[in-house]
Amino acid sequence: MTDQDPELLNVAPGEPHDSMLSETLSYVIGLGLALVLTGVSFWVASTSVLWGPGVATGLVVLAIAQMGVHLVFFLHITSGPDNTNNVLALAFGVLIVFLVMIGTIFIMAHMNTNMGVSPELMNLQMQH
Amino acid sequence: MTTASEAPAVGLTHQSSEDTGLGHRGPESKSIVVPYGFWLFVLSDMVLFSALFASYATLAHATDGGPTSSELFHRGLVAVETLSLLVSSFVCGLAMIAAKRANMLWTQVWLLVTGLLGFVFLSIELYEFASMIAEGAGPQRSAFLSSFFTLVGCHGAHVTCGLLWIGTMMAQIWTKGFQPHIMRRLLCLSVFWHALDIIWVAIFTIVYLIGTLP
Repeated sequence: MTDQDPELLNVAPGEPHDSMLSETLSYVIGLGLALVLTGVSFWVASTSVLWGPGVATGLVVLAIAQMGVHLVFFLHITSGPDNTNNVLALAFGVLIVFLVMIGTIFIMAHMNTNMGVSPELMNLQMQH
Repeated sequence: MTTASEAPAVGLTHQSSEDTGLGHRGPESKSIVVPYGFWLFVLSDMVLFSALFASYATLAHATDGGPTSSELFHRGLVAVETLSLLVSSFVCGLAMIAAKRANMLWTQVWLLVTGLLGFVFLSIELYEFASMIAEGAGPQRSAFLSSFFTLVGCHGAHVTCGLLWIGTMMAQIWTKGFQPHIMRRLLCLSVFWHALDIIWVAIFTIVYLIGTLP
C-alpha cells in the first residue's frame, strides 16, 4: 500500500483523462446535455403552456442541473476516491453560496414585509 | 490497522487507512497542488458572485419608476451570448485534449477559437451595455440597474481577464512548448474558463429569463 504512485491518489480539477476517446466523448456529452438544458430553459421561459407560478422554480432547477453537467463533464468532478478533495472543497463552496444567497433573500424579503409599513410605501423607500 | 484493511476506505482517507493525505507520503506534486489551489480560488470567486446575486435578487424590483427588466432585456441576444460562451467552453476542452498530446497546431487553433467565441460574447455584452446607457438606463438610474451592471459587469470583467490569459497562454505555449509548468497554467486557465460558463448559466437564468417572465 505504501509504494503506490502518489499521482493516482489525487487528481487535479479539470485534468483530462488518459484516453483521448473517453475524454472527447465526455466533452461532447457535456456539450449535448448543456445545449438541451439551455434550449429547455429558453423554451420554458417563453411558452404559455406551463403553469405560470411554477416557471421560475423550474428555471432554477434547470440551471442547477446544467451547472452539474458542467462540473461533471467539463471540470471532471467525479465521486471517485481520487477526487475527494475537489468534491469536499466544492461542497464547502456550495454551502457558503447557498447560505449567502438564501440568507440574504430570506432576510431582506421578511424585512420588506415586516417593517410595519404598507408594501406600496416600502417600495417607495426601496426605490432609491 | 483495524477493520479498514478489509473494507475499502472511503472519505477523507485515500485508499489506505494509514494514509491521511500528508503524513509519511509528503505533500502532493505540484501538478496536483497548483490546480487544487486554483480550484479553491475559483470557488471563492463563486462566493463573491453569490453576494452579487443576492444583492441583485433583493434590488431587482427597486426600479425607481425607471425601466424594468422586462423592458430592457432581449432574449435573442442573450441566447447568442449563451451559445457562444458554451461552445467556447467546449472548445477550451478540445484545446486541453490537444495540449495533453503536445499537438502544437491544434492546441493553438482551439485556443484561438475559444478566445474568438469569448470575444463574440464580450462584444454582444458591451453592445447591450452601450445601448442601455444610451437610452438612459445606466447604472445610476436605479438600484435595480446598479446591481445589474455590478453583477453582469463583474462577469464581463472576468471574461476580459480570461481573454488576456488565453492570449498569454498561446504565446507561452508557442515560445516555451509543453513544459510541465506551462501545462499547469493551461489547466488553471481551463478551470477558470469553465467556471465562468457556470456563473453565466446562473446569470442568464436569474437575470435574463426569470427577469423577463410575463
